[in-house]
Amino acid sequence: MTSTLRRTSVIFLIATAWLSTRAAVAQDTATTPGGQQAGLAAWQQVYSVLTHPRCINCHTATNYPEQGDDRHRHLFNVVRGPGGKGVPGLNCATCHQGENADSTGVPGAHNWHLAPLSMKWQDIRDKILPSAEICRSVSEHSKEAGGVLRHHQQEPLVLWAFQPGRRRDGTERSLPPLTHEQFVAATRTWVEAGMPCPSNP
Amino acid sequence: MQTYKLTVNGQSKEVNVDPSTPLLWVLREELKMTGTKYGCGISACGACTVHLAGIATRSCVVPISLVGGRPIVTIEGIGEDRAGRAVQDAWVSEDVVQCGYCQSGQIMAAVALLKSIPKPTDANIEASMGGNLCRCGTYVRIRKAIMTASQKLA
Repeated sequence: MTSTLRRTSVIFLIATAWLSTRAAVAQDTATTPGGQQAGLAAWQQVYSVLTHPRCINCHTATNYPEQGDDRHRHLFNVVRGPGGKGVPGLNCATCHQGENADSTGVPGAHNWHLAPLSMKWQDIRDKILPSAEICRSVSEHSKEAGGVLRHHQQEPLVLWAFQPGRRRDGTERSLPPLTHEQFVAATRTWVEAGMPCPSNP
Repeated sequence: MQTYKLTVNGQSKEVNVDPSTPLLWVLREELKMTGTKYGCGISACGACTVHLAGIATRSCVVPISLVGGRPIVTIEGIGEDRAGRAVQDAWVSEDVVQCGYCQSGQIMAAVALLKSIPKPTDANIEASMGGNLCRCGTYVRIRKAIMTASQKLA
């Protein structure tokens, strides 16, 4: 009993010390000019992925998603619908299944849907928003909802962007400019630097 | 080739097909259920619409390998459902059909709409049925029939 208690106490002390050190490092990274610069540079990498068609096509400000590298309006009269999943009779799941259907060219992943309007990265005319504006949006959303790093690590639709499958003609869909590992690493650097945002667009 | 066990209109079926075969062709060619139509083959027209676990689904773009254990309902079975029966009756009473080719898909989409929104507005109908094309232009009668079915179901 005593030895169990002693072991638990030791583990607790080590964990506390590790967490304090980590918090201090994160604090240092966030406040030092070097950390700030690294954070801003990391953000630009994150931004390059968020604004790639594989990501931004479903982060629209309109009532429809987009398709393709030219980001054209989704064909077939597809609309956003109240929950971002289309409307009855014409849901996202009407075509998009739980994984890519390479034989028919329809991309798929679990719970295919549009990002909410609060996470729009385009304006109403489908123009991509500036880096600073998206940065503030992601930062504020992450502070409210938490977990941008976890989102980038685990969300099935984020993971899909890095394995987007084949088009109907059999060619591979284009990939974001970073690998998923690089994207997560850049996000981690940005978060640990305190999520700094560029002051200018 | 691979063997798949399916539930179609409440009945168990077994097919031996290539995993990439679209559900549409399994229904039409393997199970000889030709009520579901081939229109465009790229999910653009809605003629091939069936229900997969209750969701209106374009069977022309769903490989059989992705169907899993989800129950399938086709135009041949939708009349067993209360909403499906009401829609089919309304289609007859409003004399919706002209050539008829797209109508099985139209009915499957309409039933999905009414199951989610029992009293749809014109805007609801326009959004939900917007992916089902009719080259005969029966859209006005389709809208009227959906309203008729909605009233009957109320």
